[in-house]
Amino acid sequence: MNDKQTPETSANRRDFLKTGAVTAAAAGFPSIISAASVDNAINVGLVGAGGRGTGAAAQAMAADDFAHLTAIADVADSQIEQSLERLKKSSGEKVQVEPSHQFLGLDAYEKVIDSDVDVVILATPPGFRPPHVRRTIEAGKHLFCEKPVAVDSPGVRAVLESSDLAAEKGVSIVSGFCWRYSNYIQETFEQMDSGAIGKLITHYATYYTNPVKPMPPMSERPAGMSDATWGVSNWYNFVEFCGDSLVEQAIHSVDKVAWLKKDVPPVSCVAVGGRQVPANAGNIYDHFSANYLYEDGFRGIVASRQIPGCHNENADYILGADGTCTIGKGPIPQIEGKNRWAYRGDKYNMYQREHDVLFQAIRRGELLNDGRRMATSTLMGLMGRQAAYTGQEVTWDQIMNSEEVVFDPATFTLGGDFDPRPMPVPGRTQLI
Amino acid sequence: MWAPAASAAEFEEVRPILEKACFQCHNVNVPLGGVVLDTAEGAKASASTIAPTLEPGSADLMPPAGALPEGQRKLLAEWAEAGAAWPAGVVLGEESPEESDERALAEAVYGRLQGQSDEVVRYAEQIPGTSVTFEMAPIPGGEFLMGSPEDEPGRTEAEGPQRQVKVDPFWMGVTEVTWDLYRMFMFSELSGEKPGEDEVVDGISRPTAPYVEMSFGMGVEGYPAISMTQHAAQKFTQWLSAKTGRFYRLPTEAEWEYACRAGTTTAYSFGDDPAEMKDYGWYWDISDYKYAKVGEKKPNPWGLHDMHGNVMEWTLDTYTEKGYDPGAAAENPWVRATTLYPRTARGGSWNDDPDKLRCAARVGSTPEWKMQDPQLPKSIWYLTDAQGLGLRVVRPVETPSAAEMFEYWNSGLAPE
Repeated sequence: MNDKQTPETSANRRDFLKTGAVTAAAAGFPSIISAASVDNAINVGLVGAGGRGTGAAAQAMAADDFAHLTAIADVADSQIEQSLERLKKSSGEKVQVEPSHQFLGLDAYEKVIDSDVDVVILATPPGFRPPHVRRTIEAGKHLFCEKPVAVDSPGVRAVLESSDLAAEKGVSIVSGFCWRYSNYIQETFEQMDSGAIGKLITHYATYYTNPVKPMPPMSERPAGMSDATWGVSNWYNFVEFCGDSLVEQAIHSVDKVAWLKKDVPPVSCVAVGGRQVPANAGNIYDHFSANYLYEDGFRGIVASRQIPGCHNENADYILGADGTCTIGKGPIPQIEGKNRWAYRGDKYNMYQREHDVLFQAIRRGELLNDGRRMATSTLMGLMGRQAAYTGQEVTWDQIMNSEEVVFDPATFTLGGDFDPRPMPVPGRTQLI
Repeated sequence: MWAPAASAAEFEEVRPILEKACFQCHNVNVPLGGVVLDTAEGAKASASTIAPTLEPGSADLMPPAGALPEGQRKLLAEWAEAGAAWPAGVVLGEESPEESDERALAEAVYGRLQGQSDEVVRYAEQIPGTSVTFEMAPIPGGEFLMGSPEDEPGRTEAEGPQRQVKVDPFWMGVTEVTWDLYRMFMFSELSGEKPGEDEVVDGISRPTAPYVEMSFGMGVEGYPAISMTQHAAQKFTQWLSAKTGRFYRLPTEAEWEYACRAGTTTAYSFGDDPAEMKDYGWYWDISDYKYAKVGEKKPNPWGLHDMHGNVMEWTLDTYTEKGYDPGAAAENPWVRATTLYPRTARGGSWNDDPDKLRCAARVGSTPEWKMQDPQLPKSIWYLTDAQGLGLRVVRPVETPSAAEMFEYWNSGLAPE
């Protein structure tokens, strides 16, 4: 079993700490030296203190012996409280968030980014993300950015601009498209890169799971809570906040297709989708199947479903001229055909690895930038979603240039109204 | 700088040891020897007397039933010698409402157990209202040499030193628990249960619905259940007891190895030659990268299938990387864990080579078994990365008290 620590990462970290602390200071990384009140510390700020953000913060602190959490933001003080309580258990005295650095509200992200942090973790619902990314990069802070990065094309374009700015600002962006940091999936993709299944023909992926955070009945809504706050509290049920299930969850499979095709975008997409089982409220579909066509004739097909009581499966079947690679049908990725192969070895924790890689780069003065590919994969998700919503074939140029604003965080307030968009109807909903 | 843990954290480390091993005989109401270990004042006053009594061989050995494992001794001694730090206002033994509820529930399950004078023979158990059955084989009580000799190929330090251990008679599942059975615990609708019909069964906490498909595509009907936390496995045995009216629990590590050896003293229950494993257990080279249906390979001399391989099996004991504590009890030992990790799994899995499937081979659980769960807090029910870990149930011939049952069903959680 995978019962071993991650020798590679921890060894690298230890090796570095023996010699690297001095090197880092000597090489002089301005953001580290100037921001640190303690020699050699890396201060981390968390924006979005839910379960994933809290997990990411714990991993950030585990990635470097001198990483401290010093600022936190959320829209609910109960989330901040619970998050800090959890983190104190997992990370002890590395949690150094003074009450003055616990920020509440939709603009709290600005206060975290503007505080003396060196690294910002963005883990709010994705509808809010593009301005968070912009602010982080403009402020010259390193970024760990959860997936997806936006819920509409204008949001993706904004993230692309920020991503290009990162090089100029000298900061790294590491993305939460976590499978790219999984050692055993990396090794499986390397097999295919080296021709183990021959010419690639089709990548068919399934993402059939139980629903995520389904909408509670209205009877559970606290008296006096605004529509907007009730909506954000149940963010996964609204396309405005989550981008819909293909973009928020099955995006991991979309990203594997993008990875296999070296992040060259598809030319067009046709998709089906809908809601088969009525929900208490909300406007997201409960199933999608998106068929991406590439210039070389390769097809990527991503099918998703979130309906309780159905067959669940999260697998990838990659067909090549000389064999098939199967991931997720059983724990071991394997290749059948001319070159039989199966992964054998330890599986490292990809969530930890993302942060180990980011903090190592910071210590070594190297720049990483996952910005363009995290935006590309998100846009592929939007392409499939819009193809399903409209019932039309959607080209890459169309989705890249789409002017449709699904959600504008700048005009949204927690105390205000929130009137969710109607559920799209294929054949009637227009591509804008 | 990353400072050492504060004294409060040290207290939290020793607290479970004090609660399990000390305070029953050393509290303000029962101050044996004048030692009081449930309040700050008592602990401070007794601090200097604690460490010497913990050493194995001490004339006043504490606890009297047998020395604590070395790690616990060290923690407790260091804490006492540093002045027995104790957070203000904390008094041990004050039961939380949740704990009181669990005690009442264990008593309610105890109250419905029947058939405890059953003849000690092989029997089949059926889940009432369903067609799902499983078989239990009698395991005679006896003594055996636990652990492996130093020259056994593949042996690790954790497997020694060998010591003579006595085990009372029990029944053990002929196979690993299957998904057919375990899924009825996960999804009450599969067992035909209706809310309100049976308040004892309703009271037992059940897993939350998993997000992903938990067989990971390896198969359900007739296949072993996997990837459950020890807490989930313990709650399953409580549910099974309530449903069937017979007491079930996880095996101790000693019971497991005793049953696996089935009277043999070789590396495997069929001898010392790993080449024969293909007839007895599923391992990497023959597994087709996944687990197999239970019971397809030959059984051991006591009729148990898949003790070697297919999936590792949970035991109740803590895992000790440096080996067994010679001071631990020699009769029916249960070396209790004071932390969530590591706890011992036995038997090796489809993902291992034959040497990991030896009778004495041990594996300790780690947080890595949950690494695909990206959230904090992590699920208390699923080990998303333990795809070679399952369970097998035992039933002791002599049914224990309700208080003991509580311990067997409620020791799977610890603060992470």
